[in-house]
Amino acid sequence: MSTFRHPSTWIFITLLVLTWLLARMGAGWAEATGLAWAFDYPKAWVIPLKDWVSAAMKYLVEDVHFGFFTFKEFTRAISWLIEQPYNLTRALLAEGFMDGPGRRANQILPPFSWITITACVIALGHYARDWILAAIVGFAFLYLSVFGQWESAMITLSSVIIAVPIGVIGGLSLGILAYRHPLFDRMLKPLLDLMQTIPIFAYLVPILVLFGFGPVAALVATVIYAMPPMVRITTMALKAVNPEIKDFGVMTGCTQAQMTWRILVPAARSSLMVGVNQVIMLSLNMVIIASMIGAGGLGFDVLSSLRRLDIGGGFEAGIAIVILAIAVDRLSQAFSERASTHQPKSKGNALIRYKRSFAILAILVAAFLLGRIWPFFQSFPEEYWLTTGAFWDNSVKYLNINYYDAFEAIKLFFLNYFLLPTKRFFLGLPWPWALAIIALIGWRFGGWKLALMNALMTLFIVTTGMWEKAMITVYLCGVSVILASLIGIPLGVLAATNRRAGGIIGVIIDTLQTLPSFVYLIPVVMLFRIGDFTAMIAIVLYALVPAVRYAAHGVRSVRPELVEAGVVAGCTRWQLLTRIRLPLALPEVLLGLNQTIMLALSMLVITALVGTRDLGQEVYIALTKADTGRGLVAGLAIAFIAIIADRIISASARSARIRYGLEDAHG
Amino acid sequence: MTAPAKLVCKNVWKLYGAGADSFLDANPTPDMKTIRAAGLIPAVRKADIDIREGEIFVIMGLSGSGKSTLVRCMSRLIEPSAGEILFHGTDLLKASDKEMIEIRRHKMGMVFQHFALLPHLTVLQNVAFPLTIQGQKRKLAEARAMEVIELVGLKGREGYYPRELSGGQQQRVGIARSLADEPELWFLDEPFSALDPLIRREMQDEFLRLQGMLAKTIVFITHDFDEAIRLADRIAIMKDGAIIQVATPEELVLNPANDYVEEFTRHVPRDKVMSVGKIMQVGGKGAGQGIPASAKIVEVAEQVIEADEPLLVVDEGKPVGSINAAAVIRVLLGKSAR
Ligand SMILES: Nc1ncnc2c1ncn2[C@@H]1O[C@H](COP(=O)(O)OP(=O)(O)OP(=O)(O)O)[C@@H](O)[C@H]1O
Ligand SMILES: [Mg+2]
Repeated sequence: MSTFRHPSTWIFITLLVLTWLLARMGAGWAEATGLAWAFDYPKAWVIPLKDWVSAAMKYLVEDVHFGFFTFKEFTRAISWLIEQPYNLTRALLAEGFMDGPGRRANQILPPFSWITITACVIALGHYARDWILAAIVGFAFLYLSVFGQWESAMITLSSVIIAVPIGVIGGLSLGILAYRHPLFDRMLKPLLDLMQTIPIFAYLVPILVLFGFGPVAALVATVIYAMPPMVRITTMALKAVNPEIKDFGVMTGCTQAQMTWRILVPAARSSLMVGVNQVIMLSLNMVIIASMIGAGGLGFDVLSSLRRLDIGGGFEAGIAIVILAIAVDRLSQAFSERASTHQPKSKGNALIRYKRSFAILAILVAAFLLGRIWPFFQSFPEEYWLTTGAFWDNSVKYLNINYYDAFEAIKLFFLNYFLLPTKRFFLGLPWPWALAIIALIGWRFGGWKLALMNALMTLFIVTTGMWEKAMITVYLCGVSVILASLIGIPLGVLAATNRRAGGIIGVIIDTLQTLPSFVYLIPVVMLFRIGDFTAMIAIVLYALVPAVRYAAHGVRSVRPELVEAGVVAGCTRWQLLTRIRLPLALPEVLLGLNQTIMLALSMLVITALVGTRDLGQEVYIALTKADTGRGLVAGLAIAFIAIIADRIISASARSARIRYGLEDAHG
Repeated sequence: MTAPAKLVCKNVWKLYGAGADSFLDANPTPDMKTIRAAGLIPAVRKADIDIREGEIFVIMGLSGSGKSTLVRCMSRLIEPSAGEILFHGTDLLKASDKEMIEIRRHKMGMVFQHFALLPHLTVLQNVAFPLTIQGQKRKLAEARAMEVIELVGLKGREGYYPRELSGGQQQRVGIARSLADEPELWFLDEPFSALDPLIRREMQDEFLRLQGMLAKTIVFITHDFDEAIRLADRIAIMKDGAIIQVATPEELVLNPANDYVEEFTRHVPRDKVMSVGKIMQVGGKGAGQGIPASAKIVEVAEQVIEADEPLLVVDEGKPVGSINAAAVIRVLLGKSAR
């Protein structure tokens, strides 16, 4: 290959060998030469940034005054505002109205009966699409009651119901502002970028400090997490509105408000609905994760099962989450499709036009009245609950008894030949050397600006004393990403080149994508118990989706003439794939890699639950101790790793695109 | 006798690129070379035109010649880099946002090439939209909308959504919508370009019929010369952002300002643009009850050729000359006019 003759290739190989040697032997030499500081960043040099942040936070919470009110009063007011609708929804769906706080309070009014709510989602399904959807969501909710997950699911659902409108309205407003004021847009963009790369947990910590442990904090976190995509999609969708329609608005003499609400927003409706769907799914994901700061519901069930290593319980709650997620996703997708097409108005009198509403009202009243006499109509009786907990327990036991050796062998194989050597390599690297290499890579792909940025970010990680944990993070994330790519890219190529496989893989990928990240831990923990290997598998599962998706998209979007040219030139199928399709799909594959890394990093904190020792664990500990500084600094460190990876990969993807003439060198 | 000017463009420039305004301040009349050298894109260069009350003024030119930009400057959808746009004698460019909203609501209408209908509204709601924007009651607005929908021949389809209509029907909706608030000045930016040739002709007829009833002042853009001569009272020809010639179709054919215009008009059937007055024998005597001097040759050719003697030509009822078969045949054969 000609690239091997290129001098930079030789330099690259030399550097690689040198790095490896340093990592293997460096520590030994360092003792002798007094360079130990390069391998172990001295404690005395650590900048106590976390303490400063914590102190600032403390000051903010305790001493800041805005003239009329203190900061604390401000957060209290927000809490109160969020709490009211939340409590109402929660009472309606899950707990009923009490005559006072606490466990011994009496119920004045019961919540909606399981029958009413199930009927309601069935009606929604029918309204949004058809009877098939109605049946799907109906069965999903029936499952929740029959398998005893009802109350937790309803608590989770109430959080989602409150978080989604706030997220949608907030995102829409910010998006509109950003559309109207380019300056605001430019200020908002980096913030949104950062928010997307800082792992969720890092901002759980300050929220925890500001709002205290409980559902409100969880809701705030949920909204903050779910809003950014809505902001982005809104701005993008408004920009994409047909310019003629915008001109029409001006020529009709629309005021700015009329332009926004009567022209732009309706014209962008179908894209905006995609944003709404995203907000819903992200909210669900986050409500589950936010059980760590008191969200309750299904997430809490999973969390406590994981902590107790109660496999059956965890599995049951996990499946309930999956089912709830799928039902909510299908429903919201149907609604967004419905909103972007036009339904003929149904005719007839009110009774016919609002048939579903009347039916639900009737069921509501009937279930309430019957529920007073027969509890069955109020809540699904516990004695009829089916439980699969024992089944899962037994199957896992069975697997573990009969295949323990096999599992253990797999695990040991990976640990000894893949995980541990990589870990040793990263931990053995002297940080000044790594810093130089990272800067060099930045310079190679993006010029001195990227080099400088990489160096500064790395320096931040080093000087805040996070180097070792960062290296464990890089190692864990690295091996997972490699594995995810090794599995995902071939799957993507298969999906793109074989129709039937494409269909099956598509369904699997879609389902995987709707699952909250928590869920991935459960089966793996059961089979492999805790440790790095388990964490790796969970990360691979979670981060697989973009690798498959982008590879498939990349291969599919290779121009057909090029493939035909290859066929005419007499390429075999294998040659077509390796000589034409894959090289041309490379830019897309790289973008997928980028996304895979982002997802892997965001999963790290969750895997801290199974005992990893990386930055994720640092954030997790900060969370349990409500230590803002620690959480934020570790979170920023993760974000910086993500940003460095992102910039390098995007730059190389861009240079690949330029090489293939898919993008202008000046663009 | 010419009607008073409704809209006057004075020395209007539009250059795209960074620093266009200051560039124009420094050299008020740059030529193409200096503009390009400054890295700017000339979209409109030194446009001086006046649009008269009640005429159909067609702006014509190849793709990219700056027609849309010019018309968008006139309606101030685009801010010109320099110049004045006088509407009823006052400079539009100095109007405040609020004044512009008022002017656009009540005095201007626009029809777009790709219709620009709002996809989420029915035909009726689309047409009523400008009125509801002005705060009219929905009932009133929809009653008025029904009138214009009838006018453009879409009665019975008011409950349809735009995507349920054909292109021609959609543009009828666009036309109805722009007429709903009775504008004085009507801009049409290539309104029929997205339509099939057959439908296009039908729409042109429809357009002439409407104009016969409404007598608006119209600025009509097209890149199709046949369309231009069918519709225009006067035509402005644009090239590279500059207006090369403004004239009636007949004058364009007879006295093209330069080779470019001549090239444009070469394939135009002469009989369609030339009027009887141009080829008659002035003062000659003729038979018959009189052919109007403004009639196009194509309209009277058969009559003149089949007559055995020269026919009388009249202008506003008074005899002004005669026309014979030989003159008509010369035009039909494409021989030089005089
Ligand atoms: N926003 C813009 N930025 C830069 N250049 C522009 C912009 N809009 C138009 N131009 C340029 O100005 C010139 C005139 O464009 P304009 O759209 O007015 O042409 P047109 O005569 O309407 O063409 P068409 O028949 O294709 O509609 C073109 O060269 C175009 O590239
Ligand atoms: Mg145009």
